[in-house]
Amino acid sequence: MLGATVSIALVLLVLPLVAGWLGPAWVRTLGFAALYVMLALGLNIVVGFAGLLDLGYIAFYAVGAYTFALLGSPHLVQNFPAIAQLFPNGLHVPIWAAIPLGAAVAAGFGVLLGTPVLKLRGDYLAIVTLGFGEIIRIFLNNLNEPINLTNGPQGITLIDPVRIGELRFDRALSVAGLQLTSLQLYYYLFTVLALLCVLVCARLQDSRVGRAWMAIREDEIAAKAMGINVRNVKLLAFGLGATFGGVSGSLFAAFQGFVSPESFSLMESIIVLSMIVLGGLGHIPGVILGAVMLSVFPELLRHSVGPLQTQLFGRTLIDTEVLRMLLYGAALVVIMLYRPKGLWPAPQHGVAPSTITSTPTQASADS
Amino acid sequence: MGSLDTFLQQVFNGLVLGSLYALIALGYTMVYGIVNLINFAHGDVLMVGALTALSAIAAAQGFAPGIPGWGLMLIGMFAAVPVCVLLSLLIERVAYRPLRHAPRLAPLITAIGVSILLQTLAMSVWGRNPRTFPQLLPSEPIVLGPATATVTKLLVIVLSAVIMVALLILVQRTRLGRAMRATAENARVASLMGVNPNAVIAATFAIGAALAAVAGVMYAALYSVAHFYMGFIPGLKAFTAAVLGGIGNIPGAMIGGILLGLIEALGAGYIDQLSNGVFGSNYQDVFAFIVLCAVLILRPSGLLGERVADRA
Repeated sequence: MLGATVSIALVLLVLPLVAGWLGPAWVRTLGFAALYVMLALGLNIVVGFAGLLDLGYIAFYAVGAYTFALLGSPHLVQNFPAIAQLFPNGLHVPIWAAIPLGAAVAAGFGVLLGTPVLKLRGDYLAIVTLGFGEIIRIFLNNLNEPINLTNGPQGITLIDPVRIGELRFDRALSVAGLQLTSLQLYYYLFTVLALLCVLVCARLQDSRVGRAWMAIREDEIAAKAMGINVRNVKLLAFGLGATFGGVSGSLFAAFQGFVSPESFSLMESIIVLSMIVLGGLGHIPGVILGAVMLSVFPELLRHSVGPLQTQLFGRTLIDTEVLRMLLYGAALVVIMLYRPKGLWPAPQHGVAPSTITSTPTQASADS
Repeated sequence: MGSLDTFLQQVFNGLVLGSLYALIALGYTMVYGIVNLINFAHGDVLMVGALTALSAIAAAQGFAPGIPGWGLMLIGMFAAVPVCVLLSLLIERVAYRPLRHAPRLAPLITAIGVSILLQTLAMSVWGRNPRTFPQLLPSEPIVLGPATATVTKLLVIVLSAVIMVALLILVQRTRLGRAMRATAENARVASLMGVNPNAVIAATFAIGAALAAVAGVMYAALYSVAHFYMGFIPGLKAFTAAVLGGIGNIPGAMIGGILLGLIEALGAGYIDQLSNGVFGSNYQDVFAFIVLCAVLILRPSGLLGERVADRA
């Protein structure tokens, strides 16, 4: 157990240095992988633990990102003279306040979404949450008049990078003779936070709340009969899942320095969903596996398939963007048909922990 | 133009939009009625139909440049319908049938995957950029009293009405229709009565796909553009229409479609005035979502659906 932990820690520590050798793009991929792990864990709370299929999850990511962007960029100061007067040196909310604020706003939206959909089941819930996600995106795209809140399709630029004390994450850092680039610094930050998220999720899973979620996932009416306050538990699922999204979104805004509604489309929601479906719905190691696989594979494919195609066929038959989407779509269909519980499902202790995507082990007589 | 004229114009526009939504909604509602599945990929079938028609028309124009607009339109539809039907049958057979008895979320997730695969297919075949759909029918405005229309818009309304009547006759008066209604009610007992549920389900998907293909061609003709992502929004709105009318209910889908079209057209037309300029017509798509949420929260069985008990 200790050996495994130490080796994993060593691998995580050394990985960006190795990747840095191969090129900065790979370090960026690792950073995004860590970010996606956090997102996937958040969606896992809603879909995997509580069984509530949420197709608009990326809206919380968007809300977190835009909140951080508004709090740490010249946008508000430029567009609202009242704020410019209050903050003559520009609005630069430090991250220890900005990230919790982003998370809180996202959580608020999560509860806002959760409240009207409490009595909706599977299919309808999915469509309504999809609609919510799209509504958020449309609003982000159009809230540039009469008051310019989100700057519309152009997005918000010049977002502050992460700053911890004197350490600025957008500059390289020399430590013990090693030169760590900004991308590598961000990777370390994201990995530490992702590990924190894993810890939180693991504790939640074994807590009363976690068990309550799994109870309503398996059979809502039975759970209600057992005294679980289904309404509050569901709202908690939406809220906590949204919090994870909000934190990831804030980090994303700082990392990229720029946010626009384009990054928060339905496709992104589906990508996060396919990560947890592929990895193992409801199982934390599976979810991490899925997130890492589906954020690293497309990059690997892009770097290998592109030149490979030109070598073999003289030109690119399939665009790498198309290949990426193909991967996500195929992952969803193939996994549902052949391994509905995911690549790394939770070990069964008598009753399958995730019967929402596969038939129960004790098959009753045909329906 | 007086305000009554604007109103009537918007009503007409709403009827045009609504007819399209109704056609697409029928596909959703029939499939849901019979296998309890939201065919997430239905909107993308529409998209494939539109793009197939585009290619067929381009090919026909290259082959025989003298064909009139009407002929090309027919060629487009006759090309789109079989392609969409075959595609839909393939999808049903490969992706949905194995999961027919799986818990609810599995077919839905698969449907999402199929939707993405269809978009990928379209991107590879037709490219990622929007393609112009040629102006096949005369575009001079026709004045109908206070409203102006075009041939294309009138075609949409007329063709949709004809198809919907034909579908009602099919469902109410033919053996296949009876088999469909029986299978929707209880597949096991229907099979005891000599109905082949697999065949009936396949037929349902096929009919839905054919309707989507026609709707797709008309959609492309109306907006003069076709691209790989064009099926998403109409698909979502048509689903809203189906839910509005009562999912599983065929007349409901028709009424829901028309109603949603009217709501959207009137809303987009008047939102500027109603919100004092805060919200413009670029929020048009939001209407459908708001209607969807409102219906699902307030009256989930829809306008014509039966009240269902709260199922877990």
